[in-house]
Amino acid sequence: MKELSLNILDIVQNSLAAGASHIAVDIAETGDTLRITVTDDGCGMDETTVRNVTNPFYTTRKTRSVGLGIPFFKLAAEQTGGDLTLRSTPAGESDDHGTVISALFYKTSIDFTPLGDVSSTLCTLVQGLPDGTDITFTHSLPGGTISLDTAEMRAVLCGVPLSTPDVIVFIKDDLAAQYAEARALK
Amino acid sequence: MKSLEELAKIRERMAGKVALREGENSIRIVVGMATCGIAAGARPVLNALVEEVAKQGVSDKATVSQTGCIGICQYEPVVEVFEPGKEKTTYVKMTPEKAVRVVAEHIKGGKPVVEYTIGNTII
Repeated sequence: MKELSLNILDIVQNSLAAGASHIAVDIAETGDTLRITVTDDGCGMDETTVRNVTNPFYTTRKTRSVGLGIPFFKLAAEQTGGDLTLRSTPAGESDDHGTVISALFYKTSIDFTPLGDVSSTLCTLVQGLPDGTDITFTHSLPGGTISLDTAEMRAVLCGVPLSTPDVIVFIKDDLAAQYAEARALK
Repeated sequence: MKSLEELAKIRERMAGKVALREGENSIRIVVGMATCGIAAGARPVLNALVEEVAKQGVSDKATVSQTGCIGICQYEPVVEVFEPGKEKTTYVKMTPEKAVRVVAEHIKGGKPVVEYTIGNTII
């Protein structure tokens, strides 16, 4: 992956496949570090699956016998000196089920992959978001926090689909304005 | 988020159009968005398709949606076009530039861009 924002797009597909009704994408940035956390309330995974998902030769898909989404994300973190953690509670075990995947990156490493176009990732995610699923996004920077909440948007839109092109353009412009503000304050 | 009023304006503008839309769009443009697709550049292709469908005024007859791994990872980014009563068209090694032409000639004009389809692409 050329950008970490592409890894985010890929990792969130797992939450969608897990049937999550709420997915939180959080990016926390300090001077030297960047942490990406994806939290969902989907069906979760049992212990054996959690152990297997970082193995590139493990996958649940039927089309091929490799699964590179989480291994790529882990590699991107580890090659900067950071790490990847994964916690999951399967639906059968508790009402509080779901998965939290979190990766820490050291921005000072020569092998740090740039974060890239997060706004484009969010537009893509919202465009394909199923009706029963909502996403919250936060990106905390030294100069401020950028946020997005599709549940709040749906409440204002009253039935107009989130995938409407005008809505996607709105998100793109809104995020650009928020980023400009946070970066100006830095 | 900043300006929710802007979103309320979109709602007012779209209110009348939504009902009309649901019944009429029959062409489905599907983009493979698994790890293979994303790594090969599916994100800008998807965004270009969404943008062009709106810009070229064909949103009443086509919708753009996302799917997982289609199974031909070496041909990604892959875009499939489903039209009622017709055979599926599979576009491979897509780019945002190719997407503009697919919307113009295939979705709007009704003629698939044969040179971008799987049978005509050398990898």
